Amino acid sequence: MQTDTHKRPKLGALDLAIKYGFLALLVGLVLFFSLFTEGFASPYSAVFIFQSVSITGILALGVTATLVVDGFDLSIGSVATTALMLSSYVLVVWEMSAFAAVVACLVMGAVVGLINGFLIVKMRVPDLLATLGMMFLLVGLQRIPTQGRSISTGMTLPDGRVTEGVFPPEFLALGRHRFDFFIDRLIPVSVVVLLVIAFLVWVFMEKTRHGRLMYAIGSNERAAELAGTNVNRYKVLAYVISGVLASIGGILMAARLGRGDIASGNNLLLDSVAAALIGFAVLGAAKPNAFGTIVGALFIGILLQGLTMMNAPYYTQDFVKGAVLVVALVFTFALSRRGGGH
Amino acid sequence: MQKTAVKLTGITKTFGENKVLRGIDLELAAGQVTVLMGANGAGKSTLVKVLCGVHRANGGDITLFDQPFHPTTPSEAIRAGVVTVHQNINDGVIPDLDIASNLMLDNLAAPGSGFFINNRKIRAQAREIAARMQLDVDVRQPVSELNLADRQLVSIARAMAHKPKLLILDEPTSSLSATEATRLFDLLDRLRDSGVAILYISHRMSDIRRIADRIVSMRDGKISGVFNEKPLDYEAAVNAMLGRAMSEVDIQIPAKGTPILSLKNVELRSGAQPINLDMNENEVIAITGLVGSGKSELANLIFGLQAPVSGQMQLNGTPYTPRNQREAIAKGVFLCPKDRGSNAVVQGFDITRNISLPFLKRHSRGQFLRPRSERQTAQASIENLGIVCQSTHDDIGALSGGNQQKVMVARWLAEPSNVLVLDEPFQGVDIQARRDIGEKIRETAKGRATIVMAAEMDEAIEIADRIIVMFDHTIAGDHRNENIDLGQVLAQVAGQKQTGNETHAN
Repeated sequence: MQTDTHKRPKLGALDLAIKYGFLALLVGLVLFFSLFTEGFASPYSAVFIFQSVSITGILALGVTATLVVDGFDLSIGSVATTALMLSSYVLVVWEMSAFAAVVACLVMGAVVGLINGFLIVKMRVPDLLATLGMMFLLVGLQRIPTQGRSISTGMTLPDGRVTEGVFPPEFLALGRHRFDFFIDRLIPVSVVVLLVIAFLVWVFMEKTRHGRLMYAIGSNERAAELAGTNVNRYKVLAYVISGVLASIGGILMAARLGRGDIASGNNLLLDSVAAALIGFAVLGAAKPNAFGTIVGALFIGILLQGLTMMNAPYYTQDFVKGAVLVVALVFTFALSRRGGGH
Repeated sequence: MQKTAVKLTGITKTFGENKVLRGIDLELAAGQVTVLMGANGAGKSTLVKVLCGVHRANGGDITLFDQPFHPTTPSEAIRAGVVTVHQNINDGVIPDLDIASNLMLDNLAAPGSGFFINNRKIRAQAREIAARMQLDVDVRQPVSELNLADRQLVSIARAMAHKPKLLILDEPTSSLSATEATRLFDLLDRLRDSGVAILYISHRMSDIRRIADRIVSMRDGKISGVFNEKPLDYEAAVNAMLGRAMSEVDIQIPAKGTPILSLKNVELRSGAQPINLDMNENEVIAITGLVGSGKSELANLIFGLQAPVSGQMQLNGTPYTPRNQREAIAKGVFLCPKDRGSNAVVQGFDITRNISLPFLKRHSRGQFLRPRSERQTAQASIENLGIVCQSTHDDIGALSGGNQQKVMVARWLAEPSNVLVLDEPFQGVDIQARRDIGEKIRETAKGRATIVMAAEMDEAIEIADRIIVMFDHTIAGDHRNENIDLGQVLAQVAGQKQTGNETHAN
């Protein structure tokens, strides 16, 4: 009963906390690290943070698209690593152009998205299970052509042939070129790609009728359907967006690594899902949104970078990510659910 | 007069500023069915929640057989003998478990009930409970295979296993068919005879006529009328709950327009009598009938959600065969569905976005939305229908039921239509909102055919130019809403053929 009477004046403060709390925390974190670690507050450090979260961020935007229609895509991590292996295979084994490699990966991502969508919409497999199955399929598939080995120039193929193809410079530039921005060679391609995709996803979700209908589907599928929405088409679209974005992430990874490393990208799925979920808490949205997702990815990047510069050991990283995620989820679900009627 | 089972004195309950219960004095006698009536927002649900331990009253006293009774949790209330069957049947049962486990669920959940499950013992006990309730079921059957009525009976049987002193039923027939409801009433008769006090909440006059020993009307958080004398004065009870006599709504029947939608020999379900029906321009048709009479199927048919078994439809003289709701909407045939919570309201969207949902193309330039255009439409709807809100940006969840329903109706009034079907537009709506919505539907009816599905006879009479009665998936009666012979209409609703002695199974 005590809390009842004191609730009113506090409500405003709580609302503010829910809306701006996470952004304030982010600013506070930046200030803290700027004051207490040398070199944190520099353009290079900022770019490094962006670069470290760019691939995760792109994948997270794909997850966001599926979360918007109340789905989930567990296959993004494996789509990205499949794109990594596929582009390497196209370049090194088939000795084709960078353009062909990029196109092949994008098509692969779209096809995986279509199959996911088909399984979920037509076969009625629950989203988590369908995309989990797809994840296993892809993890296995990408190993078959090379008998489970990484792809690099000069390796021996199962049929005894020695690969002669190389990663052409224009492909490697996707991962290594930096644009001038006040300072020479400052901003890497991947950061630009992240920002462009984030902007496009944001525009699509917030400013077009398609985004609106996808949110409607996520909130009440039946109502959206009875209002004349082609629910299945939009759901499939969400998985295609997710698959294509994940394959873009994989291309950037391949370009950065310069080889088809079979062991890369282990953390991609969990990191990007975490970023998308942290995004729920940004600006009190309590729903998946592109801006929040980017803030979520940056939040993790800043925290890890700052802690690393303060000499925190690398093995604490996952623990820190987990803690951030749990706090963000509390923000979203526990705090913003109050006062939702009785 | 029987022994008093429950006695409430001066119960008050406030939520923030809002006084929901303002001093309730009520006695419930053992072995008697008390029907509680009240408009939406009268405080019925809150009163029930106080009794079953969900809410705590701010003031007042409750006694249960002269013992003080102030439950703080639902399980405490159940142990004390106050058992509630909630409106949503599926809240009361676990579909994937078998009947036996469902019946014994509370025992399984009780602390100290043992670690291992003895299936044979559970089944034996469950059979005993089922037998006591005269439930003729195989207790090993999963609940998911049962129909709604049997599920409802299982959840009541489970409640009865606690040997309740007071049984509360909150609109238990809202999803039952007529036959299913009959079984429920037979069960309630037996319970009443065994001395249980029953509090029965319902809007349905037919239920109330069937089951009530006594009617209590609530209005604005107070008891506004108690009716003990037999024969019960239903009209007075309704008046007490509404606070005024049911005013005669003045219906001006417009001149008959040309047929817009015609049904030719349409069979709704194989074996049903074919339907021939013209729905005319400017006309508001109310289609009434019991749950399961085919109203929803007819609405689905018109909206392209289901195909007729045979026969065809014509829209403005040309064949109309919508394959899905998108084609129907494209042809100007709109449906405002029933059960707005699950079929219409998009939670998390504000009023504007809820209204603009079906017609986003109209509010877009290319693929991009034009928020100002959306907002203007929403603003116009708010003024038009008198939606009570702060602004067009109010979240839909912040509105009362009546206002949410107004938003849902506004959604489909925002664009001109050829045919507008409103399926139970007055469901869960207070009397004022009902008047507002009805008025607006009639006001805008020019130029289209309007069809309102309404199970409640008063709703039909209040809104329609023409009342069509459905029974057994076909049309049982067609009346002009003028000096209407209510007795005849009700007989058609109940499926009594005019010629006489035939009795129907349902």
